[in-house]
Amino acid sequence: MRLRRNQHGRGPRAARALNPLVELTLARVREFGREPEAIFWVFVFPVLLALALGIAFRDQPPEKLRIGVDDRLAEAEGIVAILSRSESLKPLLLAPGPILQGLRTGDLVLGIGPAEEDLPRGESIPAGARDREEASPPHAYSFLYDAGRPEGRLGRLIVEEALQRGWGRQDAVRIREKKITQAGWRYIDFLIPGLIGLNLMASGMWGIGFNVVDARTKKLLKLLTATPMRRSHFLLGFMLSRLVFLILEVAALVGFGWLVFGVKVHGSLPALAAVLLLGAVTFAGLGVLVAARPRTIEAVSGWMNFVMLPMWLFSGSFFATSRFPDALQPFIKLLPLTALNDALRAVMNEGLPLYACWSEVGVLLAWGLLSFAVALKIFRWQ
Amino acid sequence: MRLGVRDQDGLPPPSMGEAVALRCRSLLKRYGEVTAVDGLDLEVVRGECFGLLGPNGAGKTTTVEILEGILPPDRGVAEVLGCRWGTGGDRALRQRLGIQLQEARFSEKLTVRETVRLFRSFYRSGRDVETVIRMVGLEEKATARVGRLSGGQKQRLALSCSLVGNPEVLFLDEPTTGLDPQARFRVWEIIEELKRTGVTALMTTHYMEEAARLCDRVAIMDRGRIIALGRPAELVDSLGAEQVIEFRVSGDLDPGLLAGLPGVRGVSGRDGEISLAVLRVAETLPSLMTEIESLGLELHRLATHQATLEDVFLRLTGRSLREG
Repeated sequence: MRLRRNQHGRGPRAARALNPLVELTLARVREFGREPEAIFWVFVFPVLLALALGIAFRDQPPEKLRIGVDDRLAEAEGIVAILSRSESLKPLLLAPGPILQGLRTGDLVLGIGPAEEDLPRGESIPAGARDREEASPPHAYSFLYDAGRPEGRLGRLIVEEALQRGWGRQDAVRIREKKITQAGWRYIDFLIPGLIGLNLMASGMWGIGFNVVDARTKKLLKLLTATPMRRSHFLLGFMLSRLVFLILEVAALVGFGWLVFGVKVHGSLPALAAVLLLGAVTFAGLGVLVAARPRTIEAVSGWMNFVMLPMWLFSGSFFATSRFPDALQPFIKLLPLTALNDALRAVMNEGLPLYACWSEVGVLLAWGLLSFAVALKIFRWQ
Repeated sequence: MRLGVRDQDGLPPPSMGEAVALRCRSLLKRYGEVTAVDGLDLEVVRGECFGLLGPNGAGKTTTVEILEGILPPDRGVAEVLGCRWGTGGDRALRQRLGIQLQEARFSEKLTVRETVRLFRSFYRSGRDVETVIRMVGLEEKATARVGRLSGGQKQRLALSCSLVGNPEVLFLDEPTTGLDPQARFRVWEIIEELKRTGVTALMTTHYMEEAARLCDRVAIMDRGRIIALGRPAELVDSLGAEQVIEFRVSGDLDPGLLAGLPGVRGVSGRDGEISLAVLRVAETLPSLMTEIESLGLELHRLATHQATLEDVFLRLTGRSLREG
């Protein structure tokens, strides 16, 4: 390359040496930056999604279990007073009918009624309580709950504990609680890396796939190949432009998470940058691969969705992949987005170094290199 | 405008040894059953503006794209500046060519200047971006997005992108197709200006007027073959006629009846549209009118014009250029 001369194109000798790779990258950046819809879907939409999900699943104090107390009980008021002391219970004084109704609809987790009453179902009078019934003051109740619901079983335990204590049982063991709700463990902390991963995938694949096919339908690809342009420069330009937007995309999401929800990056920034870079390049490679052959925007859109849908579903952007059946796990682990999400969470949330996610890095590298190599082989320039 | 200056540093002047810029021998290209180019031979000399004239589907674009190294021929040889495609020097050869494709469209989001800059960056040496923009008269649109340009302006942008590398050979595939007369005229002026720089140009067109005006030599193509070759004036002269009478009559008229009329050098016609190549309209017209009248036919349309390449094509193929 010739030395750059700072002349501004006056006269025929002012030709500056322009670098084709720089110009191709700039062209891609400009094209993308001048597409208002693209800006919205890549930068605004993920932030709005993070905001909506972050608020919907924000950490509230655990919801209180609603307990129905039969108002025919002589000690009903006392029971309500005792249960109210527990921070996890919300006792309600109700008639038997509404209690049954509440249990059916799931509004109540447990009903407390007189011990002798004939119960329609879910009868449960603890054996121990029945024993004491005869010996001690007549604090005898029946519990009405659905043992199939975890809340029912939980409510039963807490209510019994509260009643036993309330009516004077002495504790044999003293327990001090230390509750953990710190940054890094919340849903939003889980969500932000997932959204970054998702965004890298979607914007990388769309940004490249759409533009490549657009250039092909316009016969611009054909014209470019008729110039001395290196074909590899053309594709590299797309990759490099992706890196420019990568910085902006990640800054938007991480900055938003930090400002609004206090999401922190626990790992090292270089490690995070490395994972992001790898993710962006991998999905750029996949984008080029998907766009390698289609002649129309419709065709490439179909392929894009075909490739991305499994990753939207299975790659754990919104919830942990462990919820899927074991049989699916090997397949899920091999998806590039799963690898990217896992690596991002390892670095951002757990503060792990890069080498701790070697398998994810390997999966990403394999996908990126393979798809790019295949894409170059089968690419349709005309 | 300063077009004649090769503005790069230290590049030797184009070698004068090789007189032939483009050469095709027995070129053949098939698309399935269709033979697009059928054993074509062609030579374009350095410095000339050569036109491939013919209707749509005549094989003009295929021929040009083979020479541009975009399409491989099925058979035959295509040489550009003494080089053959696919022999290792393709990219070096592309440095010396300027190419404008028929239907290529540029990114609508980029400005004129950005687009020219991008193309400039592919060439080691060449014209300055601003110079090229000035050459095609898009100075005022330099910062406009391509999407906002008119058809003629887009075509001039395409022209400017083919010029940035200061090419030795310029390929222009239908540079004015689809343009209104004014925009076409503007492109012609630019191409005429370019011819003065001594660039070799191969252009295709289906406008005989364009070929006659711009080209030093013309090859008339039909169905993948060259059916006439020569200077536009020579080709017109080959009709042996100066002027043409075109008319339409009601009913059937055997064109053969007209061959004997005074001054008639050629008769062609189809579907009641008849074209007479004549030496002088004034000599032939009265007897033509008498003939039509005596046959009891009614004259629906009559026009006369100076003989053109269009008439040459009509004479050679029996079809008009526009019919394709």
